[in-house]
Amino acid sequence: MILIVNYGMGNIGSVSNALDYLGGKHFISNDPNDLGKADAYILPGVGAFAKAMQNLRELRLVNELSRQVLEKRKPFLGICLGMQLLAKDSFEMGYATGLGWIDGHVCEIEPSDGLRVPHVGWNGVMFKPDTQLFQRLDEGCHFYFDHSFHLQCPRDLVVATCEYGGDLVAALQMDHIFATQFHPEKSQRNGLKLLRNFLNFVAAV
Amino acid sequence: MLKIRVIGVLVVKDGIVVQSINFKRYLPVGKPSIAVEYLNRWGIDEIALLDISATPEQRAPDHTKIREYSKYCQVPLAVGGGIRSLADIDNVIRSGADKVIINSAAIETPSLITEGAKHYGVQCIVVSIDARRVESRGYKVFTHSGKRATDYAPMEFARIAEAHGAGEILLTSIDRDGSKQGHDVGLIREVAGAVNIPVIACGGVGYPKHLLEGIHAGATAVAAANFFHYTEHSIIVAKRYLKSAGAPVRLDTYATYDGFAFDENERAAKVGDAILEKLRFEYLPEEVI
Repeated sequence: MILIVNYGMGNIGSVSNALDYLGGKHFISNDPNDLGKADAYILPGVGAFAKAMQNLRELRLVNELSRQVLEKRKPFLGICLGMQLLAKDSFEMGYATGLGWIDGHVCEIEPSDGLRVPHVGWNGVMFKPDTQLFQRLDEGCHFYFDHSFHLQCPRDLVVATCEYGGDLVAALQMDHIFATQFHPEKSQRNGLKLLRNFLNFVAAV
Repeated sequence: MLKIRVIGVLVVKDGIVVQSINFKRYLPVGKPSIAVEYLNRWGIDEIALLDISATPEQRAPDHTKIREYSKYCQVPLAVGGGIRSLADIDNVIRSGADKVIINSAAIETPSLITEGAKHYGVQCIVVSIDARRVESRGYKVFTHSGKRATDYAPMEFARIAEAHGAGEILLTSIDRDGSKQGHDVGLIREVAGAVNIPVIACGGVGYPKHLLEGIHAGATAVAAANFFHYTEHSIIVAKRYLKSAGAPVRLDTYATYDGFAFDENERAAKVGDAILEKLRFEYLPEEVI
């Protein structure tokens, strides 16, 4: 059973629809006591960083989620803001600290020649061969991005990048922790395949 | 490389998708949930759903309906119509939308844009600008589905929206709406040049070449409503045209229309009996995800 963490942010409905389509058993909750009942977690995200962390703290989800994922090693998928929250801190609308699971920082995408910010739309993704999330997908396949901040983190965690005025982190993996900057739940067949790959990983654990 | 987005607009009035002409006349098309499903299957890049009866009737967006429409939408869904408060934004996002489109309320209370961006991030807030050319005074912004005039010039209001934290501008030409005469390229050039956020051009597309004109005028994404309703596979055919003209587009569908002949309006020409006969024996199983 997968828990979609409902922390008052994010397109919970879209993620739930996509999992329904794949037949993935899931439930939605914001109760810290429910975290133990799940085998894996999806942290969706449409929102601003500071507000998201504030909500996670107010709902007392931070410690329990960290315990389940880091200590009990349950699979985790962060989407968009859900990926950025893994970082140590962010400079979105001021300064805020994140979950700090990875050694990363969230910075604004610098607008440059002909590049508008936010980075919104379908972009081709280049990924490392033989990574769990990108099985059965083709190099350069399209995913939907929608963000104005991006994650900077050590290269060895990055499994996929996209090109927008330089390489941006598109996906990362740290053992059983996965995260994507793009929205797999809104990337048609490619996104559904990626979610299927995550479900397969969860089933195999 | 980032691809040009081709966006399908569904104008919904009293619960049915309508064809809109100059924001004045409306012809029924069909059920929104079915329209969402076929746009999705034909490889649209994004769907914008505008409930044009909400603001004039002074009611909030209908979230049970949005939940129904979003069920089979596997592309980003932006929802507009009747959004006046943070609670409305919240409701719409929770019901399965990925972005909100704000029009009348953004003009009356621009702080709503800021509030929305603070909660949901800049990328979630699309400000819609409906503009019309007014005698001798250039373009002006209109609200309430084109019924009320304001004093803003579109580029002026686009800048205000950007400064308040809007993530995108949906720019619709009221004059060209439903006209099939193509985008108002002058209007697009003005607004796209004034802001640094993406500008979606809408209104007037009758043929695939109009989409290309919008892109050349500076639009980051191109949108059309009526154009996609009446021709089968119109999205794939339009994208094929854009691709052949050198515009970067995403063409991930099975049907690509490679090797097909097209007439001067970019409609697929009739295929000979020999080819159709051959197709009868070709079975393409759908890939299991």
